[in-house]
Amino acid sequence: MTEPIVRAHALAKHYGALAAVAGIDFEIEPGICFGFLGPNGAGKTTTLRMCMGLSPPDGGRLEIFGLSLPRHGRRVRARMGVVPQADNLDPDFTVEENLRIYGRYFGLRRRILDTRIPALLEFAALAERAHARTEALSGGMKRRLTLARALINDPQLVVLDEPTTGLDPQARHLVWARLEQLRARGTTLLLTTHYMEEAERLCDRLVVMDHGSILDTGTPRELVNRHVEPEVVEIRNAPAHLEGHLLDGGCRIERVGSSLYCYTRRATALIEHLRDQPGLVFLHRPAGLEDVFLRLTGRELRDT
Amino acid sequence: MNALRPPHPRAATLAVWWRNLKVWRRLLGPALAMNFGEPVLYLLGLGYGLGVFIQGMGGMPYLTFLASGIVASSAMTTASFEGMYSVFTRMVPQRTYEAILATPAEVDDIVAGEILWCATKSLVSAAAVLLVAVALGALEPRPGLLAVPAVVLLTGLAFAGPALVISALAPNYDFFNYYMVLVLTPLMILSGVFYPVETLPAAVRALVDFLPLVHAVDLARGLATDQPLDAPLRHVTVLGTYALVGAYLATVLFRRRLIR
Repeated sequence: MTEPIVRAHALAKHYGALAAVAGIDFEIEPGICFGFLGPNGAGKTTTLRMCMGLSPPDGGRLEIFGLSLPRHGRRVRARMGVVPQADNLDPDFTVEENLRIYGRYFGLRRRILDTRIPALLEFAALAERAHARTEALSGGMKRRLTLARALINDPQLVVLDEPTTGLDPQARHLVWARLEQLRARGTTLLLTTHYMEEAERLCDRLVVMDHGSILDTGTPRELVNRHVEPEVVEIRNAPAHLEGHLLDGGCRIERVGSSLYCYTRRATALIEHLRDQPGLVFLHRPAGLEDVFLRLTGRELRDT
Repeated sequence: MNALRPPHPRAATLAVWWRNLKVWRRLLGPALAMNFGEPVLYLLGLGYGLGVFIQGMGGMPYLTFLASGIVASSAMTTASFEGMYSVFTRMVPQRTYEAILATPAEVDDIVAGEILWCATKSLVSAAAVLLVAVALGALEPRPGLLAVPAVVLLTGLAFAGPALVISALAPNYDFFNYYMVLVLTPLMILSGVFYPVETLPAAVRALVDFLPLVHAVDLARGLATDQPLDAPLRHVTVLGTYALVGAYLATVLFRRRLIR
């Protein structure tokens, strides 16, 4: 067994009466992509801040690389890369200068930066933009530059807070491809997201968080198997009488707005019945993380 | 960790300072226009305009009196503005400190780097005032002028810490108006920049003596005009105290704001 790279036990953080993180346990094996999945206000960002040593925990223990936090924050951050939720690149600098000054904060020598920066620009597909003003970059390019910047110290662990929020699909796929490349090289990734597709695609292991607690842990497949039936039929604008029929058919039903979600082990009979109803729009699909997520965290709107 | 522990800046302090220098170099044109334009306007406008009515002040031509005072007040204004508006911009809208804190650099490095940078900018603006003053004949190019930058640097340090304290407490830019109207403007008017403090009522003068600018003005004026300095040690002590206490409080308050 390899030693976990991150180890948290009964980790807690309170802001006034609010328990942002209410005593959580998790361990991250080296070389995997570990995801924190949860709605806004679940405590994901607070957990990441504690991992960076920038938020002293009120309880529990947290160790990264075998070093306890926040005490060894500097030593941990020297071996860690961070992609924050909101862009905080230096708008007055060029792409290349952003990487160079960031390297200075790590105390990296000019000679190391001279070889590392071109490689990172290549990795981020920004080589042609090296001397462009950062302000002039698109959202996707800024994200890639932020990722390249997080790699300036050749980190063993990269922490990403909602790395693709606000990106268009093309830009998002490019970021995902780079993250997969990093993991293939053996870099450990720790990311938060509320995109199911992202979690499903990238994460080897996940925790689902809400209200500061971990609701469950596992691989995406394990979580789906444990919490929801394998098949889902979504029915749009379902008439009221349909609900009774579906219940008789042994489905677990959830109503969201005007749509019905029927969770079942075998959808064949149900689908035949629905086909007989003219004008009904429905979708049959395998259950996924989104269903787990909604089941575990509820369907009410979060306005945090 | 004890939040009140003394500041412990390390090598990353210089990286923070260097970053600001690079940004400043990028925006050099407007920065220098401000540095040179302001003293030209003050010296021409006030010095010549008002100087016509004033035979001399403190034993020297009014233009000389004014120029030697503005050297010190420009150090104050420059360090204060940088420590408030620029620091707040880096802290809040640009999130520069958030980016820096994701590296081994710490809050103490950021505060120390910013204070050094504020003092550096004071040096630039005071150098511009000196050049303009010499060019206009307000000051003679005497050897004493070469010692003025040391005073300016100390003045910059004395005002940088307090400005950062205000930034650490500020919810928004408007908050800085309080400091401007309650501290900087009164200091500018009462500290002997435009007229000798000897004309102030005794009570006001006693109060002004506890504040830093009058000491900076006395030192700068004495050195720039080659006059004997009265109580130089006291001036340096007052300025140094503001610098050290300001730096300490700024560090503690920035830790409280950034490490939550």
